[in-house]
Amino acid sequence: MKFSKEHEWVKLEGDTAIIGITDYAAHQLGDIVFVELPNKGSKLEVNKVFGTIESVKTVSDVFAPMTGEVIEVNDELDANPALVNEDPTGNGWIVKIKVSNPNEYDQLLDEAAYKAICE
Amino acid sequence: MTEPLLFELDTKGRRGYALPKLDVPTVDPADHIPTKFLRKQLDMPSLSELETVRHFTRLSRMNHSVDIGFYPLGSCTMKYNPKVNENIARLPGFANIHPYQNADSVQGALKLLKTTEQYLAELTGMDAITLQPAAGAQGEMTGLLIIKAYHNKKGNNKKKILIPDSGHGTNPASCTMVGYEVVNIKSDDRGCIDIADLKANIAPDVAGLMITNPNTLGLFDENIGELATLVHSVDGLLYYDGANFNAIMGWTRPGDMGFDVVHLNLHKTFSTPHGGGGPGSGPVGVKAHLKEFLPTPRIVEKNNTYSFEDQNNDTIGAVLGSFGNFSVIVKALAYIMYSGKEGLKDASAYAVLNANYMMKKLKDTYYVPYDRFCKHEFVISGKTLAKQGVKTLDVAKRLLDFGYHSPTIYFPLIVEEAMMFEPTETESKDTLDSFIEVMEKIAKEAVENPDLLKNAPISTPVRRLDEATAARKPDINFYQKP
Repeated sequence: MKFSKEHEWVKLEGDTAIIGITDYAAHQLGDIVFVELPNKGSKLEVNKVFGTIESVKTVSDVFAPMTGEVIEVNDELDANPALVNEDPTGNGWIVKIKVSNPNEYDQLLDEAAYKAICE
Repeated sequence: MTEPLLFELDTKGRRGYALPKLDVPTVDPADHIPTKFLRKQLDMPSLSELETVRHFTRLSRMNHSVDIGFYPLGSCTMKYNPKVNENIARLPGFANIHPYQNADSVQGALKLLKTTEQYLAELTGMDAITLQPAAGAQGEMTGLLIIKAYHNKKGNNKKKILIPDSGHGTNPASCTMVGYEVVNIKSDDRGCIDIADLKANIAPDVAGLMITNPNTLGLFDENIGELATLVHSVDGLLYYDGANFNAIMGWTRPGDMGFDVVHLNLHKTFSTPHGGGGPGSGPVGVKAHLKEFLPTPRIVEKNNTYSFEDQNNDTIGAVLGSFGNFSVIVKALAYIMYSGKEGLKDASAYAVLNANYMMKKLKDTYYVPYDRFCKHEFVISGKTLAKQGVKTLDVAKRLLDFGYHSPTIYFPLIVEEAMMFEPTETESKDTLDSFIEVMEKIAKEAVENPDLLKNAPISTPVRRLDEATAARKPDINFYQKP
């Protein structure tokens, strides 16, 4: 698993990237009440906004850590957005994309480097 | 909710009143109106007058307003609106005129508008005022369009507006609306603008700095003179968000602090109804060098005769029809005139005194992140309740059970679990003391019975609502029920 400076995580399985927000981000946002998901088939562009997360405190943009086409979205978040708080790096995943440029994965932060920017 | 909809109270054939017997020939609408415009069925509920009156009266009793109880919503100035304002605005000479009447038949109304402009100019230290904008957000947009027109005319290549991280949420939204990029400026550890961060972001493409003073932490930025100099050094303009003007009336003026553009909220500071009781009014004031960009028409006075002037090539144009929300302006002028200079000064002084009294008392039970003399509002943090799993939202909801409106919560964003209180000058010490007592009781409940808070409110007509779904997927049409 790798991380972006904008607090997203990426798990790369073959050419599929699973994307969510980090534990740190979920904690900072507080109780999440709404996750606006992209449509299946839409294109994500690295470092561009692809969705929003609304918590009781604030509304926050979610940035794409990699470029690619959305092949699956976590529909469960519609009914239960709190999944992102409960299990941000597991059941609280947001989208799966088919990556167009696997090299982008190498540009992302490893866990130690990400932890360092959160402190 | 316990109250049914009018449509659910519908009894076919019931009427509010009976029409007198028809004394003209009957015609069939189909003979006179094309059938495509005729509806076969009009879905209107049928009720008697008494049923209708009771329905709306019951609904009104479920509402909270400043006439029912304390309303300490921060940065909103929910002060009491004296009823004499309403009486004056309803005088036939004000209430029964029409915006399209000829100027010579509404000389009094025009004089009233001009007088209000002059008083607001004096209070803000600005050279000219427009009364057109309908509320604060439109005032912001008007002010920013004026800033943009100024830079465009000078050929300045400007792209950014600087906004402190404590700024009101509408500020970045308004900047984005007029096409500026927003740059966040950090606050320092005293809660004011971090001068070093401002210096780092001052650049030739900065169109202006948009701030509230006192800011949303209720703190007055004493560095305002230096901030103004910095912004002006790149020909940027300084914008004053007047949401917190209630703290400084008659004591200091944005114009004297170096601001170029100001907006006021008459529905906050000048005791006209706020929120659903509006409409609002968001006049904008400018210094002389921006006067040419103000919305038109302008009211001009020559030999005691008032008229409209529309000829101005540099204006940003009209932002609202009919010269603003006239009856709101009447109420605000009434308030200014019967308060007088000393009265307005006193209002601000008491607003500041009440806020400091409340903050000092609440400090014993809650964490105060910026523990220093505040102006008309202050911010506390609910983070000390986290041990019991209680959040600021729970405290806010529990307050409803005691008949109070909640404070502004989770704002400003720079304070964790923020609660922002603005008591205003119109509350007595007794009210403040009762409220403080309830806040202390809630802090105690958070420790002894946290579930009570997590399930609050329990005594309101509806319990805790799913606000996010209500906003995102509103179900407001009776006929679309599944």
